[in-house]
Formats: sequence, C-alpha cells, structure tokens
Amino acid sequence: MAEIKLPAMSPTMEEGTLAKWLVAEGDIVKPGDVIAEIETDKATMELEVDDGGTVAKLHVPAGSEGVKVGALIATILGEGETAAPPAAAVAERPAPEAPLMPSAVEARPEAPAAPAPTSPVVEPEATGPTKRQTVREALRDAMAEEMRTTPEVFVMGEEVAEYQGAYKVTQGLLEEFGATRVVDTPITEYGFAGLGAGAAMGGLKPIVEFMTFNFAMQAIDHIINSAAKTNYMSGGQMRCPIVFRGPNGAASRVAAQHSQNFGPWYASVPGLIVIAPYSAADAKGLLKSAIRSPDPVVFLENELLYGQTFDVPEGEATVPIGKARVVREGKHVTLVSYSIGVGVALDAATQLAAEGIEAEVVDLRTLRPLDTATVLASLKKTNRMVVVEEGWPVCSISSEIIAVAMEQGFDDLDAPVLRVTNVDVPLPYAANLEKLALVKVEDVVAAVKKVNYR
Amino acid sequence: MLLIRRFEERAGQLYGMGMIGGFCHLYIGQEAVVVGMQAALKRTDSVITGYRDHGHMLAAGIPANAVMAELTGRAAGISKGKGGSMHMFSVEHGFYGGHGIVAAQVPLGTGLAFAHKYKGDGGLSVTYFGDGASNQGQVYESFNMAELWKLPAIFVIENNQYAMGTSVNRSSSEDQLYRRGESFRVPGLQVDGMDVLAVRGAAAAAVEWVRAGKGPLLLEMKTYRYRGHSMSDPAKYRSREEVAAMREKSDPIEHAKREILEAGFADEAALKAIDKEVRDIVVTAADFAEAAPEPAPAELHTDVLVGTY
Ligand SMILES: Cc1ncc(C[n+]2csc(CCOP(=O)(O)OP(=O)(O)O)c2C)c(N)n1
Ligand SMILES: [Mg+2]
Repeated sequence: MAEIKLPAMSPTMEEGTLAKWLVAEGDIVKPGDVIAEIETDKATMELEVDDGGTVAKLHVPAGSEGVKVGALIATILGEGETAAPPAAAVAERPAPEAPLMPSAVEARPEAPAAPAPTSPVVEPEATGPTKRQTVREALRDAMAEEMRTTPEVFVMGEEVAEYQGAYKVTQGLLEEFGATRVVDTPITEYGFAGLGAGAAMGGLKPIVEFMTFNFAMQAIDHIINSAAKTNYMSGGQMRCPIVFRGPNGAASRVAAQHSQNFGPWYASVPGLIVIAPYSAADAKGLLKSAIRSPDPVVFLENELLYGQTFDVPEGEATVPIGKARVVREGKHVTLVSYSIGVGVALDAATQLAAEGIEAEVVDLRTLRPLDTATVLASLKKTNRMVVVEEGWPVCSISSEIIAVAMEQGFDDLDAPVLRVTNVDVPLPYAANLEKLALVKVEDVVAAVKKVNYR
Repeated sequence: MLLIRRFEERAGQLYGMGMIGGFCHLYIGQEAVVVGMQAALKRTDSVITGYRDHGHMLAAGIPANAVMAELTGRAAGISKGKGGSMHMFSVEHGFYGGHGIVAAQVPLGTGLAFAHKYKGDGGLSVTYFGDGASNQGQVYESFNMAELWKLPAIFVIENNQYAMGTSVNRSSSEDQLYRRGESFRVPGLQVDGMDVLAVRGAAAAAVEWVRAGKGPLLLEMKTYRYRGHSMSDPAKYRSREEVAAMREKSDPIEHAKREILEAGFADEAALKAIDKEVRDIVVTAADFAEAAPEPAPAELHTDVLVGTY
C-alpha cells in the first residue's frame, strides 16, 4: 500500500492547492502516471506515482487550498492488497515540521578565538649565511628545490617551459626537469586551472602559473568552486593541494585590464590560503611552504618586485604560512602592508624617522589566514595605525584590518585607523595619471601625521 | 539499474516529505548509462560527474546508506552532511564528485586523466556531463589538451535531450553531440544509452582505445530523464505523451528484463527476488538516513583547511 502525501515540490514550498485529481477512486494506475495537478507558490506541477495499483481513496477533494506539505492525499493499493481499516487510512498524518531555522546567534557557534595579542614578535634577520638574490631567482629556486625532493610537483602554464616563463620565473626548469614536469599549455586559463585542480584531486601537486592574475579571472571558478570548497564539501576526504601563482597588481604602464590587485578577492574565500610576499627571502620560503601545503594556495607575486634584490638564506629555509612579520620597529605608529606596499611603507618610515616619528612596519605576508595577533600586538604598542595597500580601497585588505582593529583593538586606538591605497578608479595609461592613481609615500606620511595629530 | 531506480524514487519521496532540501536531481530513466560504463572499468580508474550524481555513486559501489544520509544532511552522510545531493565524493571508490557548476567536472576529469598518465598507473578517467554542459567553452579547452597530450580520458555526454527546459535543438548548432570533438581530433561514438549492453559494448571499446595510449574518446549516450530537471521543475517544455512514450517503449530496465528472460538467464521469480532485495536496501537506507543524527555544531568549522597555520 502506498500512502501519497502532498510532496514539497520546491525548496520553499510549505503548502499547495490540490487543483485537480486526474484519477478517481477505483482507477488502476501505472508507475509514472500523473494523478493530480498541484499548484505551488511558483507553478502548477504534476504529481506522479512511483508504484502502480488501485486508487483506494482520495483523501482531499479537488480544489482544496492550503493543503500542508506532508498531508495524506491518496492511498493506492498494490496488487492483491486489501484496504486497511478506514480509520487508519484517513488518519491525518501530521505534516513534517518545517525545517528548523535556528536563530542567527544559535546557528553560529563561536569561531575559534584568535590568540590574544602579546608583544609583537620581531623576527630576527636570518642568522645563517645569506646570498643576494632577486625575487625572481628566489621563486625559481623554491620551485626547483621542491621539485627535486617531490616527484608529484610539476609546473604548468603558458610559456613556462621553452620560453622560460613570460617573466622568466621558471628559467631553467625545463632543462632540469624535462617536459613531463614543466608543461607548456595552450592559452586556456579556464581549462588548465581546472585540469590542474583535477590533477591535484588525483594525487599530484601542481604549480599552475598564470602569466598574470588578471587572466585568472577566466579561471576563478576553478580556484574557488573547485579547489577551495572541495575539502569542506567532501567532509574532509578530497584534497586539492595546488598552488596558483603569478604576478598580481599593477605593473608599469600596462593600464586597466592588466593592472589589478586580486588579494582582497581571494582573501575573502574560506578554504584558500592567500600569500603575497614582499622580500625575496619570504618569496622563497613561503613558496616552498605553499607547495608543501595540503591546501589550495593562491600565491600573489608582483612584477615590479621580480628584479629587486634581497638577502636570502642559503640552503633549506621555509617561512611559515599565516605569520606576519615586523620588518621595522617603531613606537609612534604601525604601518600595515603586504607585497609591494611594504616598500612604500618602509620608504615612508624612513622619511618619518627624519621628522622624529618612529613607524613600526608590519608585513602581513599571508592574507589568509590573516595574522591578526601580530597586527593587534603592534597596535597595542603604538596605539595608531595606517594601512598601506597597492590596490583599491573599497572592500580591501585595508578594510579588513580596520575592522579587526575596531572589533578587537578598540581600547588601544588613540586615533581612527586610516588607509592609504590606490585611487578608486581603473588604472589609467598616461604616465602622470598612473602616478596619481597609485599608492604614494607622501600620502602615507601625511596619513601618519594625521593619526599622530601633527 | 533497479537499485538506482528504486533509490531515486525513494529520494523523490523523501524530498516531498521535506527530508531532503535544496536542489535534488534524479537519474530515473538514465540508469543504463552509468551501469553499462561502470561494467567496463577497473577499480584504479577515476569517475567524475555533475550534480545528477546519485546513480554514479551507487554504480561505483558506494553504500546506499551513506548516499541517502548525505541527501538528508546527516553526519553519517558520505560528505558528513556538508555537501548534499550535488557534492558527494569518495576517493576510496575512485569517485571524484559530484560538482554543481555545469561542465566544471570536464577539465577536472581531464586533470584526473593527466594524473593517471603522469603517475603511469595504467588508470583512466571517465567524465560524465550533460547535453547542456556540452555548450560550455571549458569542455573544448579540455578536449584540446586531452588530445594534445594523449590523456587517458573518456568523455561521456549524457544526452537526455534537455538542459533544464532547453532542448538540444534549441541550444546546439551541431546537435549530433558525438561530433563535438571533431575539430580537436577526438573521435566520437553515438550510443543507445537506454540499452545497457550497448553501453557496455561501447564502453569496452572506448576503454581499450584509451588504455592503448591513443588518447581521449567521446561517447554520446542518447538517453532520457523521466522526471523534471530537479524536484521543482513543472516540466512544461515537453508533453506528457513524449515522456510516456519513452517510458513505455525504451525503458532501460524493462528492456534488460526482457533480454534476461528471453535468454533464460533468470525467470520471473528470480527477478522478483532481486526486486525485493533492492527494495529492502532502499528502505533500510531511507530509514537510516531519517534516523541518523545531524552533524554536531562544531562540524561547522572543520574541514575548511587541512593544515594548521
Ligand atoms: C555554470 C552554470 N550555469 C548554470 C547552472 C544552472 N544549471 C544547473 S543544471 C543546468 C542544466 C544542465 O543540463 P545538462 O548539462 O543537459 O544536464 P542534465 O541536467 O540534463 O543532466 C543548469 C542550467 C549551473 N549549475 N552552472
Ligand atoms: Mg541534459
């Protein structure tokens, strides 16, 4: 015997109108036959039966409005069955309770609390032997070192192999590792980002280079929907250990479509790690950590930094993901930045020092997870903060830092936190306009004076 | 096939009772495709598909209880209740999802093939997608790379003739979908996807081709879904007669049943016994999925990242 109850025919349906019965009591029905028309809030739908048999009873007359989902509407008897006692057949089953909608507060168990701010950790300059190296070389070395030890690691992207990289970051890798592990792709960002994510799900450790992150817009679906969400959606059984890397942010005179900082976009996505280093040592140490990470990583480089030279530790050295670094100590104000903005902040700090203002500079290095503890510890010390970002101001990393300072560091603030960013326009081509649009040292200096009421 | 049919009918009922939420896409009518394909695969092969995935999971040998409990959003579900109908995975069974973005599984499946070739493990990937999905650009980006690199990939278009309410003819300038690989030199075959033996035969030929290192192959399965696109589809874009005619003349289960009886592989009584066994599995799965507890609130925060940073 089949008891037909009014089904929910859409995710939101709670009741419906039984517009019309297409069968009468005593009719024989086959699997798949339509027995009724139901009007929902959205449409008129046909109700099919799964099992065949004889229509024993129609419990709700045609034209009934407000029939609750789950209410018994018909009884169908299979071959050779007899009617159940009438009382049982007509007994109205209670409609299943509507899905409980817990209040917003209940629905959100406390997120793990951020560690309480302690005193800022100033990472010591690397103590061992160092060598002078460009960011470009440091990135290449990071990949080569990891490829030597881990056969699952391979690099793919446009022009990464024979051309040696559009920005020469993969220089020499083809010679050392061969075409199986250094793979030139067609111009097919959506395709190779998805292929890379699939290869990661299949057990490899791909490094996918985007010629620049501007072109990753065509691939962002795979970065977010395929790579970032899979571990969660699979209850932790399907990993996607992949690194998406390439230059991000403004280069020089390449105008609006080729000049954008996607840090805030990716940093808003749970399930991703987002890294944006400044120095060559961090570029190398963090890329090595990114390749070893079991999680999907978006690794944002900067074309203007590729040629800059820094001290890089000799030999094996990784840098932990999720740890900011105090790159200059000071007591009057904290400048928070990442990627190329750190250089702007450091230049501003030098100028400010000449005027007697000691700025502490915090390099976030990782944008997700954000090291709020280091930021708050520095704020506790200086009581004033300016965020410096080569990117747009709206919904930016600056916005996030300001929110964190207000939510968790309010009592430490002696002035509002200010942000110094690019101007809120697409990046123009003309040299003078481009200069006007990008984040500037003098604006940082002015903002610092403002929060120091000078 | 029968297990899939009964499972899906039951899922449809549970949806009607409000036990299953969100989007729920049933596979009723298409069973022969996945059953015939799976018969030609080895355990080391990988399978990936879209959101119409319950049948693919059952065919891969994933327990009905774990699938049904995922549909009802329970901790015992295959994704701990965090994925739901459209997002289920079982690496252990070589099943890589369960993807909700139309055609996203195609480059992902191509990547699985890339991994098989890179590791040299002799495996291949089977990527299922719909007639509607076959109009996405990333499908052709995948065909290009798969052929260029001779990847061990079988692409299966499940042409059930509709993408939601849009028929193939209203969406595709080339409606013979098996020809869609031609400009990439990916050979294609058109197969009667309502005939499980025809599917198995085509699958065996495709597997042989791909394992021989000849590169990818495209199979277009002509099939049909009896139910709406998802549970909230009023199906006004096709006639009742069209659906009824398919059910009556081409049902894959009835077809297989006739062949079994004619060949004398089993008698009516044996088939009834199978039907009973399948119904029991499904009833057990439904009871399990109704009774199993929901995930603990703390599960909200787990599985976002694998590492700790
Ligand atoms: C990129 C994207 N666009 C649109 C949708 C909404 N959508 C879900 S299924 C579907 C139809 C797909 O039809 P088809 O590929 O033929 O597969 P079938 O449902 O017939 O199995 C659409 C448009 C989506 N999930 N993803
Ligand atoms: Mg379709």
